[in-house]
Amino acid sequence: MTLTTTPNEERGTQMRAPARRRSTLRIWKKRLMPWLFISPFIILFMVFTLFPLLFSIYLSFQEWNPVAGLSSMEYVGLYNYQLALTDPWLWKSLYNTVWLAVVSGIPQHLLAIPVAYMLVSAVRGRLRHLYTATMFIPFITSTVAVALIFFSIYSTNAGILNQWLLALSNLPVLSWFFSWVQDAMPIRWLTSSDLLKPSIAMVVIWKYTGFNIVVYSAGFLTVSRDLYDAAKVDGCSRWQQFWHVALPMIRPFIFFAVTLTIIGNLQLFEEPYVLTQGESGGVAQSGLTASYYLYLVGWQWLEMGAAAAISWILFLFIAIATGVHFYFNGRKGLGEDR
Amino acid sequence: MKALMKRLPKISMHAFLIVSVLITIFPFVWVAMMGTHSRSEIFSSPPPFYFGSRLLENYEKLLDIMPFWLVLGNSLMVSIIGTAVTVLFCSMCAYGFFAYEFRGKNVVFGVMVASMMVPPVLTLIPFFLTVKFLGLLDTHAAIWLPLAANAMGIFLIRQYMVTSISRDLLDAAKVDGASDFRTYWTVVLPLIKPALATLGIVTFIALWNNFLLPLIVISSPDKYVLTLALRSLQSVANTPWGAVMLGTFLSMIPLLVAFLFFSKQMMAGLTAGAVKG
Repeated sequence: MTLTTTPNEERGTQMRAPARRRSTLRIWKKRLMPWLFISPFIILFMVFTLFPLLFSIYLSFQEWNPVAGLSSMEYVGLYNYQLALTDPWLWKSLYNTVWLAVVSGIPQHLLAIPVAYMLVSAVRGRLRHLYTATMFIPFITSTVAVALIFFSIYSTNAGILNQWLLALSNLPVLSWFFSWVQDAMPIRWLTSSDLLKPSIAMVVIWKYTGFNIVVYSAGFLTVSRDLYDAAKVDGCSRWQQFWHVALPMIRPFIFFAVTLTIIGNLQLFEEPYVLTQGESGGVAQSGLTASYYLYLVGWQWLEMGAAAAISWILFLFIAIATGVHFYFNGRKGLGEDR
Repeated sequence: MKALMKRLPKISMHAFLIVSVLITIFPFVWVAMMGTHSRSEIFSSPPPFYFGSRLLENYEKLLDIMPFWLVLGNSLMVSIIGTAVTVLFCSMCAYGFFAYEFRGKNVVFGVMVASMMVPPVLTLIPFFLTVKFLGLLDTHAAIWLPLAANAMGIFLIRQYMVTSISRDLLDAAKVDGASDFRTYWTVVLPLIKPALATLGIVTFIALWNNFLLPLIVISSPDKYVLTLALRSLQSVANTPWGAVMLGTFLSMIPLLVAFLFFSKQMMAGLTAGAVKG
């Protein structure tokens, strides 16, 4: 975009007026400067997001095995969508995804909100930081490492979880409470279709509750003392202070945290992948999430076209879920009604 | 007795918090312990809940089943280079949006907001193909380059610029004859160090822990990063769990140590979206 591309007829005037040439150059430079600065985003966005996005629309109407090269691409119309929508694995994976999103999502917040409130209202300074920081650690740990650790904890015969449950059931006092353990042993946390999903959900809850606690702590810290004092003067009980004063004040934080949970949980991949050792979603595909299924179709079965169709179905899914969440909680969550 | 009753809520609350903390740290303690036991000790019943004496054996075994230090080096390289480039790119873009008014700015800004809404899963397949076309398949750049100028990072830094840099300062730099790039590099960057640090921390953690991207773009074992290599150990016959747990533990140490020193910054950085609203 330099002046060397100026058309011929203009060149004469520029020769006669070098001052003007310099000023147009300066204008061009001035115009280009901001684009130069934002060029990394523009280039990387086009190459790695925009192009893939458009190409995936195209691809979802093609049948294609990437190993065979580009020329093997073949237009198949809506066949991929039809194939995906009639594949029982897709429906299974969508069901599992929603199940996991709900069961591993809701407890995170039901735990994190009261814990954060406790921490902010009753624990001071350094000790509070110690608590929140410790609970935050799982969030910065790699999901693969976490899942590998839980894989060994859940191990059927020698996993510490089963062994400790067994030990508890043998203790004199607790035995009546844990008597079911003896009959249930060995509990197949990861190799029975009933327990696989709850086991995965427990890992997700363990990993992300701390993050939510930190978010909600930040939220409760924004509520000023005066509000509580005013509520106390009005005769509010502790519970009422929490329910009617603190909770409404942190709505934007709840909205933010829940949004993250929804988006993250609907794309759950690493936990189920590692906990099922990457083998087709575990027993009876009960650990097969949508992303996991997408990965299998694209990279194990090498059906890129079908995988592209599935990713659009999945996108629709995420869009609807977030849309519903925004519709019901958005305005309140963003505090526009205040 | 009455005094005790009065304190009961407080006591039970602390008990609850302490139990939560114990549950949180238990897996970390567990993995550290398992790294010091042999396979047969781990599979004895009940499994040992103390530190064993097989650390060195496990270490040797670990080096047997995976080139641990090479892979750790790969992870470090990906994370460090990726973080440096991301911080550079994002701050450049943020400066472009902050310092200039230009036609099309709002359009690009809108695109940026929209790009945050695109779930990564959606572009995964064509993204893989793009990487393949560009000849980046099986290179480390394919892991860090795609998100090196991401909307989140640009927003984070631009926001900080808006609150901490006055327009007068930019004008003054211009009057002094500083070029645009010089203004950005020597005037603006030093003033936004905290934001750069925050973005750096967040990016480093994300790259260090990344699994899905390496899984689809990296194929040769000598280019594996830690997450990928550790996961692949699951398929080793007669998995030597002591060694695997040791490797897992070692892979977590860098971030845990960093967290020990920078917990405040890391927590603030990773929850920045919530607090800034």
